[in-house]
Amino acid sequence: MRVRYFAWVRERIGRAEEDVSPPVDVVTAGDLVKWLKARDEQSDYAFERPEVIRIAIDQMHVQPTTPIAGAREIAFFPPMTGG
Amino acid sequence: MVVRLQPHDFDISAEIDQLVAGRTDIGAVVTFAGLVRDMAKGAPILDMTLEHYPGMCEAELERIEAEARSRWELQGSLILHRYGRLTPGERIVLVVTLSPHRHAAFEAAEFLMDYLKTRAPFWKKETAADGTGHWVDAREIDDAAMARWG
Repeated sequence: MRVRYFAWVRERIGRAEEDVSPPVDVVTAGDLVKWLKARDEQSDYAFERPEVIRIAIDQMHVQPTTPIAGAREIAFFPPMTGG
Repeated sequence: MVVRLQPHDFDISAEIDQLVAGRTDIGAVVTFAGLVRDMAKGAPILDMTLEHYPGMCEAELERIEAEARSRWELQGSLILHRYGRLTPGERIVLVVTLSPHRHAAFEAAEFLMDYLKTRAPFWKKETAADGTGHWVDAREIDDAAMARWG
């Protein structure tokens, strides 16, 4: 699946998007955060406070408890500051 | 019902003219325009860069607009948001609501802005006077403003 990052999440990870293949025990969006966080130092820094990270699956806001099965694109970003 | 994202500036009066052209049934037009301030947390800023999530941003604004239409009698609306680099004094966002009656137009405009601020995927990064960049923190007051709509 395609994973995308925005704002300071993108800056901390050092890339805007990538394709990932998480193991089968990564079931929810929150599981995916934990799995990504454990990969390397930059990801650990980006997800150091998982509770503030917002998640979208296929361009819709979701909760960390939402299953990721069938998702094409999952995005991680900070709370929004438009307007 | 129109949602538009663009890097360039807009003309408020031209946008309103376009929305009401040829119509005689509209009683109220409410507009909200947001501008870039020159100060952030008491310190001057040089400029601001607005990042957005193309595709989701439009989709989310359309969902917010549909929600407003289900709550108020609207004859039309516009959400126009800029992205990219902006300097103090520039326009960032324009919300226009059209309704037969002013209360619906006022309330819907406020609703659209409250939802936009907390749900549309935009992020602001400001450049301080010393040239360093700082991501703007989300404000709890904006979450509270959205929550009051239930």
